[in-house]
Amino acid sequence: MTPRARIRRATTPSPGGQDAGAGGTGTGAAGAGRTDTRRRIPRERLPLPALLLAVLAITFFALPLIGLLWRAPWSQAGRILTDPAVRKALRLSLICSLWATALSLLFGVPLSWLLARIRFPGRSLVRALCTLSMVVPPVVGGVALFAALGRRGLVGQWLDRWFDLRLPFSTAGVVVAQTFVAMPFLVLTVESALRQHDRRLEEAARTLGASAWYTFRRVTLPAVRPAVVAGAVLAWARALGEFGATITFAGNFPGRTQTLPIATYLALETDPADAVMLSLVLIATSFAVLVGLRDRWLGAGEAMPAIDSGSSR
Amino acid sequence: MSRLSQASRVSMSLEVAGRVRRGSFELELELTVDSGETVALLGPNGAGKTTLLRVLAGLQPLDDGLLRLDGRTLDDPAGRVFVLPEQRPIAVVFQQYLLFPNLSALENVAFGLRARGTPRAEARRSAAAWLDRVGLASLARRRPEQLSGGQQQRVALARALATEPALLLLDEPLAALDAATRNDVRRDLRQHLSGFGGIRLLITHDPLDAHALADQVIVLEEGRVTQRATLAEITAHPRSRYVAELVGVNLLHGTLRYGTLVLAGGAELISAEADLTDGPVRAVIRPQAISLHDSRPHGSPRNVWAATVAELDRHGDRVRVRLDGPIAVTAEVTAAAVAELGLHPGDPVWASVKATELEITPA
Repeated sequence: MTPRARIRRATTPSPGGQDAGAGGTGTGAAGAGRTDTRRRIPRERLPLPALLLAVLAITFFALPLIGLLWRAPWSQAGRILTDPAVRKALRLSLICSLWATALSLLFGVPLSWLLARIRFPGRSLVRALCTLSMVVPPVVGGVALFAALGRRGLVGQWLDRWFDLRLPFSTAGVVVAQTFVAMPFLVLTVESALRQHDRRLEEAARTLGASAWYTFRRVTLPAVRPAVVAGAVLAWARALGEFGATITFAGNFPGRTQTLPIATYLALETDPADAVMLSLVLIATSFAVLVGLRDRWLGAGEAMPAIDSGSSR
Repeated sequence: MSRLSQASRVSMSLEVAGRVRRGSFELELELTVDSGETVALLGPNGAGKTTLLRVLAGLQPLDDGLLRLDGRTLDDPAGRVFVLPEQRPIAVVFQQYLLFPNLSALENVAFGLRARGTPRAEARRSAAAWLDRVGLASLARRRPEQLSGGQQQRVALARALATEPALLLLDEPLAALDAATRNDVRRDLRQHLSGFGGIRLLITHDPLDAHALADQVIVLEEGRVTQRATLAEITAHPRSRYVAELVGVNLLHGTLRYGTLVLAGGAELISAEADLTDGPVRAVIRPQAISLHDSRPHGSPRNVWAATVAELDRHGDRVRVRLDGPIAVTAEVTAAAVAELGLHPGDPVWASVKATELEITPA
C-alpha cells in the first residue's frame, strides 16, 4: 500500500469493518477504489433469449394492471368510492390489517429472535411450522383456524365456555386470520436480519454490564430495525390483501368482517365495474407500500419518512 | 485447585488455571496477574489469545479449572459456578472496538453505566468526563462512523474504563490502526493505562506494543503458556523460535538528536531515519542484525562499539549473545561464529550494526 493510500484511509471517517454483518460494509472500504474502476467495467448484457423472457415476464405483470385501468369505470369512480358500504369495507380492512401488523410485531419479533439465536432440538421444524401459513392455501388456514378456535374447536370451545369469547365471524376473527397468514413474512425478514447481525456487538454490550434484555433493547433491536420495518410493511400488505382465511374463518358480514378484498370478490358477481374500481384501490395501496419498501431497502439514510409518504398516497 | 491457594493473594489479582476445548484445539491456561502491572499476552495467530479473552470476559466458559478475580470465583465448572459476563467487573477494549453504531460517542461511553442502572443524567455526566479525559470532549455527539480509527479506539477505551472495572482487557488495541496513527495512540494508551489502578491485560501479536505498553510478557503458543518474563529476559533467553524471531528484539530508549540516537548512558547510535523529528524515541534492533567481531571492524556499518560478552544462550545452531557495555543488547549469531571467535562470558568483543537496521519510532 502506498503512503498516499494509507493516509487517505486514515482520514476517511471510519471504514471500520466492525459492522461486518450489517450489510453496509463494502461501501466504506471498497468505495474509494470503485470510483476509479467503474468506467472500465462494461455494462452487463443479458443473453438475448433471457432478455426476451424477462420482458415477457414484465408484460405478464403489467398487463393485468393495464387491463384494470382500461376497464375501470372512471366516470363512476366518485360514486363507488363514496359508497358507504365501500368506505366501511376499506375502513375495516385498514383497522384489521393494522391490528394484525401490531400483533405480528408483538409476537413475531421475539419468535424470530428465538429462531435465529437459540439452538434447540427441532428448531427447523418449529420454523417450518411457524411459516407454514405462508405456503398453504389461505382457505386451508381458515379451516384450520376453525378447527382450533371455532365454537367447537380445540381451544375455541373453552374460550366460549369460560370467557364467552367467540372468534369466528367476528372482527377479532378477521384480525386472527390476517395475523395467522401475515406474521411469517415478518418473522422470516427479521430472523434473517438477526442472523446477519454482528453478534460481537452484543458480546461487547454484555461485557459492559448489560443484561440480555437490555442488550436486545439497546443494541440488537436498533440494528435490525430496518428489517423489522420492512417485515412489518410486508406483513401489513399481506394482511390487507388477505381473503381466503378471512372469509373462511370470519365470514362476510358488512361492517363487521367484510374486508375490502371480500367486498371486491362479492361485487364481481353483482357489479363487475365496482369490483374493478375496488381492485384499483387495493392495488394502489399495495403499490404504494412496495414503492416505500424499495426506498427502505435501498437504504438512503432515514427511510421511515419515505415509507410514510409512500403509503399515505 | 490447590495451586490457587488463598494465602498467595496480593492486593488484587487474576488467577486462571484451566482448560478450554474448541473442536480439536485445546487451550491450557495457568497464569496469575496482579494489579498495578500491565501484562502483555503475546502469541501468534491461532495461539488461543482470543479464546483466553473470551474465557476471562465470560463469553466462553472453562471446560474445567478455576477462574478467580480479586478472590471471587468467576468460573468453576466443578463447583457449578459461572458468573455472567455482565456481572463480572471486567471491561474489554475489542480489536474492532465494537462501538454501537446507533449511539453517539457519549452514549457509547455512558452505555455501561446506564446498563448498570446509573441514572441517565449522572451517566452522561460521567461519560462526558471520560471523553474529556481521552481528549474527545468536542466529538461527544458524533456517531462512531464519523470518527477516525484512533478516535474510535479512544472512545472504546473510555467506554471500558467508565465502568471502573477491576480487570481491563485490551484485545489488539492498535491492530486496526494504520502505522501513522498507531504511534500516537500507543503513547496515549500507555498514559491512560498507567492511570488505571486495576489489572491490565493486553493481548497482542505485535512485540512493539508489548514493549511499549507492558511490564511483563506472557507468551502463548499453541494453547500453552510457553514463557513469562520481562522483555529483556525474553530477548536474552527466548524459549522458542517464535519468541526469538518475533518477541526477542532489542529495545532501546533514548533521544533523537540530528539523526543520532542518544541513549540514557550517553552512548550514541547513528540512524538512517531521515524524516523523524528530534525528541524521545524508541529503537528496535533485531538481534540478527548485530554482528560480532574479534577486532575493531572497518566497513560500512556506521555503529561500532566495544562490548563484553555477558552470557551465551544456545538454541540449536544459533546462539544468543548478551552484551554488556555502553549499549546493552543481545546479538544472535551462529554457533560456528561463536566457536570461531572463541566467545566466552567475560570476553571483550566488538559489535556493529548498520544504521539502516535501527527501527526508530517516537516514544
